[in-house]
Amino acid sequence: MSTPPPGSFARPWRGIPGLLAAVAVALVLSRMAPDQGYILNIFMQAATYGIAVVGLVVVLGYCGQISIAQAAFFGLGAYGVALGTVDYDLNFFVALAIGVAIAGALGLLLGAASLKLGGHYLAMVTISFQQILTVVLTNWIGFSHGPDGVRNVPRPMLFGLSLDGGRDYLGLCLVTMVCVAVAVWRLRTTRLGRAMQAVRDNDLAASTCGIDVLHTKVAAFGLSAVVGALGGGLFAGGFRYISPDQFSFAESIVMLTMALLGGVSSPFGALIGTGLLVILPEWLRFLHQVYLAVYGAAVILIMVFLPDGLWGFVAERMRRRARPVLAEVANLPLLARTGEETAEIVLGVTGLAKHFGGLKALDGVDIAVRRGTVHALIGPNGSGKSTFINVVTGLYRPTAGRIDFAGRDITGLPPHLRNRAGLARTFQNIRVFRGMTVLENVMVGAERVGNDVAEDADGIVRRALAALDFVGMRADAHRMVGTLSYGHQRYVEIARALAGTPEMLLLDEPAAGLNMTEKQALGQLLRRLKGHGLTILVIDHDMNLVEQVADHITVLNFGRRIADGGPRDVLDHPDVIAAYLGEPRSEAA
Amino acid sequence: MGILLQLLFTGLGIGAIYALVALGFVLLIRAAGVVNFGQGEFAMLGAYLLVIFFNLLALPYWVAILLSIAIMAAFGVVFAGATYWPLRNRGGLPVIISTIGASIFLENMVLVLYGPAAEQVDGLFDAPGIQVGPVFMDSQYLSIMVIATLLVLLQYLIFEKTLLGKKLQATSQDKEMASLLGIPVAAMILITFAYSSAIGGIAGILIAPILFVSTGLASIIALKAFAANIIGGYGSIPGAILGGLALGVVETLGAAYISVPYKDAFAFLMLLAFLLIRPQGLFGEKISEKA
Repeated sequence: MSTPPPGSFARPWRGIPGLLAAVAVALVLSRMAPDQGYILNIFMQAATYGIAVVGLVVVLGYCGQISIAQAAFFGLGAYGVALGTVDYDLNFFVALAIGVAIAGALGLLLGAASLKLGGHYLAMVTISFQQILTVVLTNWIGFSHGPDGVRNVPRPMLFGLSLDGGRDYLGLCLVTMVCVAVAVWRLRTTRLGRAMQAVRDNDLAASTCGIDVLHTKVAAFGLSAVVGALGGGLFAGGFRYISPDQFSFAESIVMLTMALLGGVSSPFGALIGTGLLVILPEWLRFLHQVYLAVYGAAVILIMVFLPDGLWGFVAERMRRRARPVLAEVANLPLLARTGEETAEIVLGVTGLAKHFGGLKALDGVDIAVRRGTVHALIGPNGSGKSTFINVVTGLYRPTAGRIDFAGRDITGLPPHLRNRAGLARTFQNIRVFRGMTVLENVMVGAERVGNDVAEDADGIVRRALAALDFVGMRADAHRMVGTLSYGHQRYVEIARALAGTPEMLLLDEPAAGLNMTEKQALGQLLRRLKGHGLTILVIDHDMNLVEQVADHITVLNFGRRIADGGPRDVLDHPDVIAAYLGEPRSEAA
Repeated sequence: MGILLQLLFTGLGIGAIYALVALGFVLLIRAAGVVNFGQGEFAMLGAYLLVIFFNLLALPYWVAILLSIAIMAAFGVVFAGATYWPLRNRGGLPVIISTIGASIFLENMVLVLYGPAAEQVDGLFDAPGIQVGPVFMDSQYLSIMVIATLLVLLQYLIFEKTLLGKKLQATSQDKEMASLLGIPVAAMILITFAYSSAIGGIAGILIAPILFVSTGLASIIALKAFAANIIGGYGSIPGAILGGLALGVVETLGAAYISVPYKDAFAFLMLLAFLLIRPQGLFGEKISEKA
């Protein structure tokens, strides 16, 4: 067993030896291919499609957004190269760059559509985009040459070396493919990559972890489009002839299938899927026309029997038991604080109202949370507690009222900016990022903009480990968070919030769904946090827990504040007793 | 003016077809949460069944039609068993992909079994049509409109006035609650698939005499029906109908007054405009998620 030396969590050189080896293999492979003819074309198609399908991994696999327009971006790259070189006599790479830039810009636009739309709607936007592009390419004959397509697309010179030969050009395509695949593989473990996966797994939770959901989706679409166009540009040079039907809706579906078949969560899966579906027609050649029907049936069978694709199937079986992370890390910064309670109001809420149609879930609530206190918000079911937290963290827009946090009006801010201001929360129905490991979940919290370690790749890991130490979950750092028990997932959620060094922590019914032992452990955890002076607003039903930790209690009923003050006074308040237990018999009679 | 009215008539006829396919589409969304990319193939299969029964086997026209519809209803259940049932608990995307797979499969199976030759089918009536003022009403377009209207009325009666309809509605609104109340949710979903497939088949049968019957029929109709759905409002039944009609009219007018080659682009431009400006469509609900 070895303890990693200090400073070794961030590995900037990770993958570089593998990349060099893969480039070498790609070059050797390209030398082994024939210099022209059918076999070369199959290689060429696999390499250029492979690049585009790796692009799908970014948008669909990492970010979870359905894009059925990858062939359109592929086509934009191809037409950029073909029209640029043939009609406008541009240098191959200049033309390629123009095609890629146009595709990237349109990709950003499509991503921006996700501001208002998600799921099927977004899929429809991508389909519409795909269809319109096909119609334009077919009919704008003066510009695009129409259905006849563009002929005699040249191949480039690179560093004075002519890549006109089939093998040479294939080398360029394969090396590009390898570099793109490794870059996308690396992307997964970067801050942007984690943000994409967080958005995929739970966009609400992502926004309350300081992730700008819209920017993340736009970036994913943009990157995916750029990579798609890069593949298309090389495709145009590879086949020297392109026409609109090569970039139709049907091809987008083929690319989507390649990604899903191989495994959309990994670029290597995408490459396997691409290779297989490029070669499969050759193998199925004996089936003649039935080939496409078999292919359609195969898509259904893959969805049913290999939900994570071929790569997912293999990776699941090869998953090594991750070793525990043994390195010593510094404590959470908040542990250095002393539990000083001050009169300063961290969260000041005045006249807060939230109406859903005629239902007044919150109706003019005032709350002042002082720094260093544990403030409990209690009330019967339907009293507006969860709505309160959702409005304060920006998931709902208030109907009226004002929210001040750390001396600043945050009433109009979106959730991620509230988090960046230092407001962290957990959810009643746990919202962890299920497709990521425990450590990755907490790292998302640690890298919120504004955190002291946010710009330091190594510091983020250390901070995340420290937060896991604090909640006692270090041993599970490399487990997928979805495999943990409910109670442990709650700890991960709390660790995620703590890793961001928040000014204030909002806990939405943290004891919900926990058993007795887990509740006791949670109480201890909250008392420890309180001892270190973290300002906490906790909602819960569990009076035992509330009595143990609260310095101050506010009681809501029917969207209004019915009591506010020290624990004893509030819990003895007749209105509070009435709200929880009903009116005393004598008065009710 | 006369030309405009004539174009409106044609547009509404085509729109009625889109509306029928969109209707089958929206019912599946409501009942099972399934976005069925194979909806256009239902129309294609309906049209091919008519070709087989009427052109090849020379059955009487009405027998051929009824037989085709019955087979399509049964096919809907098979379709559900293959694409929806095994994946029903895995969220939206896997089912979408498997219906895409099914559409590729069906289109190409027809191509293999039947060949690529496009077929022509007779219309419902021998008479070419009637002249009403400046508008010539083609008999097939008229039939489409009348039958589509009757189907919508029939569906309304079934859904609103019968116990089966209430059960179907309950299933689409809240599956868990419906099953707690003793409604056989699985059967309701299968019935919806059967109905959706049958209604798609009817659309194909009705449009067969206007267009040539070919495998290309499916994807055009399906994409237009999807667009109609979003324009009308995702998951809204009146929305699907009005969206389909609107799309047919816009497309026909666009082709006549602006550009024929760009005809197919109008539908998608209209769709994009709706998605970006009014994503809830004509009748849809605001999109929101609860924390």
